[in-house]
Amino acid sequence: MGYPHQPHPRETLVLSKHFGDAEARSLEGWKKRGGYQALEMALRMDPVAIQNVVKESGLRGRGGAGFPTGLKWSFMKLDDGKPHYLCCNADESEPGTFKDREIMRWTPHALIEGVAIGAHAIGAETAYIYIRGEFTEPIQRMEAALAEARAAGIIGKNAMGSGKTINVWVHKGAGAYICGEETALMNSIEGRRGNPRIKPPFPAVAGLFAKPTTINNVETLTAVPHILTKGAEWYKQMARPDNPKSTGTKLWSVCGNIQRPGNYEVQMGFPFGEFLHEVCGGAPKGRTIKAIIPGGSSVPIITLEEAERAVMDYEGMMAVGTMLGSAGCIVIDSAQSMPRQIARLVRFYAHESCAQCTQCREGTAWSSKILDRIVAGDGAAEDLDTLLDIGENMTGKTICVLSDSCATPVASGLQKFRHEFEALITRKTIHTVPTVVA
Amino acid sequence: MADTPLVNLTIEGRPVAVAPGTSILEAAKTAGVLIPHYCYHPGLPVAGSCRMCLVEVEKFPKLAPSCATAVAEGQVVHVNSDKAREARKGVLEMLLINHPLDCPICDQSGECELQDYTFQEGPKESRLRDPKRFNPAEDFGGDVLYVQNRCILCTRCVRFMDDVAHDTVLNVSERGDRAFIGKFEGKDLTHAWAANVIDVCPVGALVSKDFLNKARAWELDRTASVCTSCSQGCNIIVETRDNMVVRLRPRSNQGVNQFFMCDHGRLNYRWMNRRDRLEVPSILGAGGHAAVDWEVALEAAARVLKGKRAFVLASPDLSNEALHLLSRLVRRSGGTGAYRVPQGAEAPLPGVPDLALRADRAANATGAQLLGFTRHEAPLDLLQAGDALIIADTDLSEADVTALSKAAVTIVIGTAMPAHLPKADILLPIANMTEEEGTLTNLRGRVQRYLQAKAAPGMSRPTWYVLADLLGAMGEPADYFVAADAFAALAASEPSFAGLSYDTLGLRGLPVVDAERLAEAAR
Repeated sequence: MGYPHQPHPRETLVLSKHFGDAEARSLEGWKKRGGYQALEMALRMDPVAIQNVVKESGLRGRGGAGFPTGLKWSFMKLDDGKPHYLCCNADESEPGTFKDREIMRWTPHALIEGVAIGAHAIGAETAYIYIRGEFTEPIQRMEAALAEARAAGIIGKNAMGSGKTINVWVHKGAGAYICGEETALMNSIEGRRGNPRIKPPFPAVAGLFAKPTTINNVETLTAVPHILTKGAEWYKQMARPDNPKSTGTKLWSVCGNIQRPGNYEVQMGFPFGEFLHEVCGGAPKGRTIKAIIPGGSSVPIITLEEAERAVMDYEGMMAVGTMLGSAGCIVIDSAQSMPRQIARLVRFYAHESCAQCTQCREGTAWSSKILDRIVAGDGAAEDLDTLLDIGENMTGKTICVLSDSCATPVASGLQKFRHEFEALITRKTIHTVPTVVA
Repeated sequence: MADTPLVNLTIEGRPVAVAPGTSILEAAKTAGVLIPHYCYHPGLPVAGSCRMCLVEVEKFPKLAPSCATAVAEGQVVHVNSDKAREARKGVLEMLLINHPLDCPICDQSGECELQDYTFQEGPKESRLRDPKRFNPAEDFGGDVLYVQNRCILCTRCVRFMDDVAHDTVLNVSERGDRAFIGKFEGKDLTHAWAANVIDVCPVGALVSKDFLNKARAWELDRTASVCTSCSQGCNIIVETRDNMVVRLRPRSNQGVNQFFMCDHGRLNYRWMNRRDRLEVPSILGAGGHAAVDWEVALEAAARVLKGKRAFVLASPDLSNEALHLLSRLVRRSGGTGAYRVPQGAEAPLPGVPDLALRADRAANATGAQLLGFTRHEAPLDLLQAGDALIIADTDLSEADVTALSKAAVTIVIGTAMPAHLPKADILLPIANMTEEEGTLTNLRGRVQRYLQAKAAPGMSRPTWYVLADLLGAMGEPADYFVAADAFAALAASEPSFAGLSYDTLGLRGLPVVDAERLAEAAR
């Protein structure tokens, strides 16, 4: 954390160590804090050696899918004679997630360093940082830091005197959630409508401008310099002893009905219950936590009981029937109406569907209409089964997973909080949320 | 092809062998299995977005879009398994929730893929309890009207304009269920080939303004034909209702026009229904023109032609059969045959090789040339004093009129009285090309058949029939029972057409013997 609150003693500060430290934003300040040593080292390393260190560290994609980063990099054929591209996905749009924003606001050079190392590791001379358009401050910070890094010869032609070219550019999104999907992101950079592409071909074969491309999340790339300087072993040991599949630290964005919302960095395997109650301060006074969406709005909703059993890593979240996702943790307390919360989420997906696939275009909007009607007190008994059936139609049948993401909170919400929906339908009462939160 | 090993797979229990890289959807067609689809069109880039063509492929974790999934050795594909059918039913339900279901007033009704698949396997009732989305219809310019409410966002029209017409006019605007096909500001569907978006649209969203509310699809008779509006020879379907041509549409022929036809050709059909037709043979006498029997008219024509040089001014739209018989008339009298080709601006369809609305606005100039006729901008300059002038279904220009006095006699073999012709001695009424059978030779030397779509008016007869009888009356035996016989005679006597017959031509056509040389010369 570090901003606006002081870090909690149980946090493990790696990426967020300099959050709130304005001096870390400048090149000079960043170098004072050990910046760009990893890049200097990386530029002297063979790309495959970098890939191997990252593979060994167990680093997995922090954007949501959790794909092993080193393995992803190794899909890039280094000697194919084609230009390669690295795209850094900074289109952080998942409701509840705001960790990349803080990385870019406070430590822009950390990201540049990670991007430059990543580019070198996949044989790319050009990297794009695709930042969501609403992130005005992060865009300014990144542009300023890039200008500094270019002027200092850290990136550009002959990066840090290595003879290698690494150009890094910021590409500003125009306000579409779907552009955070990697193939839509590439379309957007190319100047096309941000529609996800059919796979295959996969980006490592034909991605940006039809050339081999790797897409990595901001947090993933920012972790790489630390892994290079401190070693894979150091990173690997930050894990549950019985689960080597999830390693390192993870930034958790916590929001909603919680005492201390913010970004927290904890080791993989941290107990979720302690995290909520102790690190984040628990529910607001006089309330209890009812539900948690732990990994950004696209993952199944869990109850407090499930959360208290969970540990915070990829497998630990799967064990309670949800996903770590992007670790955007939305906490919902007992004063809230679940139908109303879910209706709001679904309205978001209905607004953001790219409109390509039939099930998504129509299904998200249809679900939203039904949920809004239920919330307005005009629900019908068959609506809930219709919702589940629509969700079934929307799952696993479309080009990307936006459709599935919309169906997920509906299905899990109905499974765990069906009584709230039924109460609304039978009593026809309109649920209001108290405006004052203690 | 022969040395690439084929991929073997099983679709709906039927073994299929296709070239590597073929999509499951196309492979299924070869097995006689139609996989329902909307966004896929063989003439457009794959979008894979309607999700209608989802099929179950054994060992795949999820249903696969068959348009975007390549075949693989040993694949087992189920098109009609419960899982695949359920998925398609789900897509149909989604497509219909905002659809106005206005089939009774929709032009597409009866030839609508949404209607067809819904009847075939769609949900019987809607579960939508909420208001439907509404958007007003919009004029897209050209011949195209966009009825947004019926649109299923398959984007075939967008891809046609972008990737085939290379004229970026259409786009998908907005997101979610607010999305619609938008038109870029200041742009209209004015491209010479834009109306093809109406044909590629699988539903009633893009409709023809020209055809609007004219007829129901099931009332139409459809006849294979060839467009006569230029020398390209696009394959078309002539649609008639009650002996009237109401619409022309492209008929696919990969060797000529793929799936498309230009707007000029599409809308140029009113002449086919012309009402001021020559309907009876007649002879000019002291009291003006008098209707006579065919025998009398033909005898009279043979009589006046006897001993004179025949000068035939032929329409370059006449069939090969008619031009062949006319050329025999010319040859036996030592005369001349000539034609004039109207000109217009060339308009290519960039996404398809060698396809354009051609500058030569005539269907059979190549045939006329091959059969010995002379192309001339002022063909009557070649008319000699004392010639018997035969005007074969073509209009005259004002400038032509002065030359007419050189003719000893004027015979019109035509569908209508030629413009600017002050008088004719004998009128022989013929059928127009939609009323008879015949063949045309396009600019690349491809000979293509067209079939009879409607009845000829009055006593008019097929052109080949009239000309064969005229030759007979002049003592040259030409006993043809059907158009195919006339073509056989042509193929037997003209080296360019050697070996061709109606049977071998089929409905896709074949090149003449020296087509390659012709094509080269044209380029």
